[in-house]
Amino acid sequence: MSEPPAYDEMLAVPNVVRPHYREFCSWLDSTPAQVIAHKREEADTIFHRVGITFAVYGEDAGKERLIPFDIVPRIIPAAEWQRVKALNAFIHDVYHDQEILKAGRIPAQQVLGNSQFRKEMIGVDVPEQIYAHIAGIDLVRAGDGEYFVLEDNLRTPSGVSYMLENRKMMMRLFPELFSRQAIAPVEHYPDLLLENLRAVAPAGIGEPNVVLLTPGQFNSAYFEHAFLAQQMGIELVEGNDLFVRDYTVYMRTTQGPRRVDVIYRRIDDDYLDPQAFLKDSVLGVPGLFSAYRTGNVTLANGVGTGIADDKAMYIHVPEMIRFYCGEEPILANVPTWELSKSDDCRYVLDHLAELVVKEVHGSGGYGMLVGPAASKDELRIFRDKIIAEPSKYIAQPTLALSTCPTFVESGVAPRHIDLRPFVLSGKEVHMVPGGLTRVALREGSLVVNSSQGGGTKDTWVLEA
Amino acid sequence: MLSSTADHLYWMARSFERAENTARMLDVTYRMSLLKQATAEPFQEWAAILSISGLASDYFERYGLIDADNVLRFMALDEANSVSIISSLYSARENARAVRGTITSELWETINATWLQMREIEIQGIPPDGVSTFFDWVKERSHLSRGVAHGTMLRGDAFRFIRLGTFLERADNTARILDVKYHILLPSPKDVGGAADYYQWSALLRSVSAFESYRKVFRDVITPLRVADLLVLNPDMPRSIRTCIHEVNRLVLDLAGDKNWELQRQVGLLYAELRYGSIDDIVGQGLHEYLTGILKRIGAIAEEINKTYFWPTDD
Repeated sequence: MSEPPAYDEMLAVPNVVRPHYREFCSWLDSTPAQVIAHKREEADTIFHRVGITFAVYGEDAGKERLIPFDIVPRIIPAAEWQRVKALNAFIHDVYHDQEILKAGRIPAQQVLGNSQFRKEMIGVDVPEQIYAHIAGIDLVRAGDGEYFVLEDNLRTPSGVSYMLENRKMMMRLFPELFSRQAIAPVEHYPDLLLENLRAVAPAGIGEPNVVLLTPGQFNSAYFEHAFLAQQMGIELVEGNDLFVRDYTVYMRTTQGPRRVDVIYRRIDDDYLDPQAFLKDSVLGVPGLFSAYRTGNVTLANGVGTGIADDKAMYIHVPEMIRFYCGEEPILANVPTWELSKSDDCRYVLDHLAELVVKEVHGSGGYGMLVGPAASKDELRIFRDKIIAEPSKYIAQPTLALSTCPTFVESGVAPRHIDLRPFVLSGKEVHMVPGGLTRVALREGSLVVNSSQGGGTKDTWVLEA
Repeated sequence: MLSSTADHLYWMARSFERAENTARMLDVTYRMSLLKQATAEPFQEWAAILSISGLASDYFERYGLIDADNVLRFMALDEANSVSIISSLYSARENARAVRGTITSELWETINATWLQMREIEIQGIPPDGVSTFFDWVKERSHLSRGVAHGTMLRGDAFRFIRLGTFLERADNTARILDVKYHILLPSPKDVGGAADYYQWSALLRSVSAFESYRKVFRDVITPLRVADLLVLNPDMPRSIRTCIHEVNRLVLDLAGDKNWELQRQVGLLYAELRYGSIDDIVGQGLHEYLTGILKRIGAIAEEINKTYFWPTDD
């Protein structure tokens, strides 16, 4: 099979470097290979000592490992937020008047019958009508260089700590690169996040007490939870640090109970409150949802955001933008087939070997099929799964994700990448110029998820 | 501060201090065992280590007969032994990991790097000629982590809970080591001890870094009574029980709040007794009985710290 041509982020045509990569490239050419190899080792040592690790589920469970950090930065010109505004408006709408459904712009059945639709949230008012306070929008750049949205992450998007740590590492290893060009800073992200969280505290709270709720040390993103709590100077709490009395949340401190106003929670909806959701959850706080409904505590992200980032809902986002913002979408969606539609399903089954098929409720790159890379057996197994439950899946064309030079065993070689910028919504919408670039380290691979052997890169936005 | 955070900080410090104390005890015993003429029954020395930590039955179950290599392995590298050096360093690191947002990154990195090096040592094994080097390393890392905490942590409650863990563990340890050694050397209060015991007493002093201090304080021969005096009542010895409880007393007052009266009372009472006690009275009533009493009260204080700070009731 011949690969479709991928957009090379550094080279316009062979041997011609794109303007924004010129400075980096001349530095790379003038730096001896041993120096670079040595710096890579140094980065590994530092990451280990600092304990920037990632826990892997399944095989080798409980092992901590590093997310491979690649020292070739990824350089991009710019980004935006129209989409997040529309998504927040959509979530508010579906839990209140459901105008978009009444207008027939999205099939009501797809929303109301979706397992991510939380009936408990109907009529619940949240500060500023913001649900997705922190959104991670996965972008890819296809053959001709155009950006597409691959996925919206509105539940508990992670990865921002790697954005920050990668930058710190690059500045430590290669300070000279930063003096040669103007790279937009990202270090103020925790300040923006804290400001954003304080802005959505329940009305009338002077100095809101903000905490970060983590499932605990054994969660794969625990490092990030601890890191962000520290950077913001807020308490990192687990479920059993909190309790609810009179619809108010308190934390247990050495000086007695202290009221909690805003919870930046990194626990999924299902596990938040055993009284409201999964009964056997030991991660959550009994009574938390009732306190939330009463308006005595803000949860960020809000409950029920899954209805908007669900892969079945993804195809409707351009329509949401038109409906709520009255604008045409700036960022395009990747063309998507809904396997619940019989025409789409037939097409997909006929072209399975060319397509990427994803589970509607899946995440982290688990349970997906990359047609061109799959064996005959894998194709057959997937075909059976689709036929058994077509509505569980969507399919997309295999995009020629852009490539970026990356250090691999054999030297510097192009590898496929994506980009996750983070959008903060509170009283205003904020972004830092940058994001997390994930890279598929295996040659030809299109799967960038860290749980599937992906690495990360520092991401630079160059200031004019 | 969150109750659970305080709990982790306290145990982080206790575990690291415990690793250091275990290394000290093992090191002294190991050095003594090299001096053949000094000990008639080297065996008893190794058994003493196990009884100090209350681990004799665990050990016999797993290893059978007492021999130096096995006791060393059991106390240094055996992960099944919850108070071995490796287990203590692991516990220090896991507790630190849980509160890495509360401690300074320098402190976290020190503790984490210690654990990573410990892992390496475990894989490489301790070579026969590297035993003392290993113990020196443990002590050094403990000094380092205490120093980093001292040099980088904000003087707030987090720092106080760390110190609380350190000094309570140290008081406990000094009491244990003195009790067991005294018992071996002078089984009955009437025994005076002979010249051969000189090595034993000096080893005990060395194990708590008190040998040089003894010379400075007394400028005289080593006698059991003075050793006890130095390690129990001396206000200037950094590892004496009095010094440790003095520190605990100050920390508990600084941590005040309105709920810790019972804790203040227990610690204050113990400190007053140490502050105004005399070694003749103590030996008169029997040192072993006295130290057993001290250990019990340290245990009660630890229990009260738990109730007051770590697992408070919700009202």
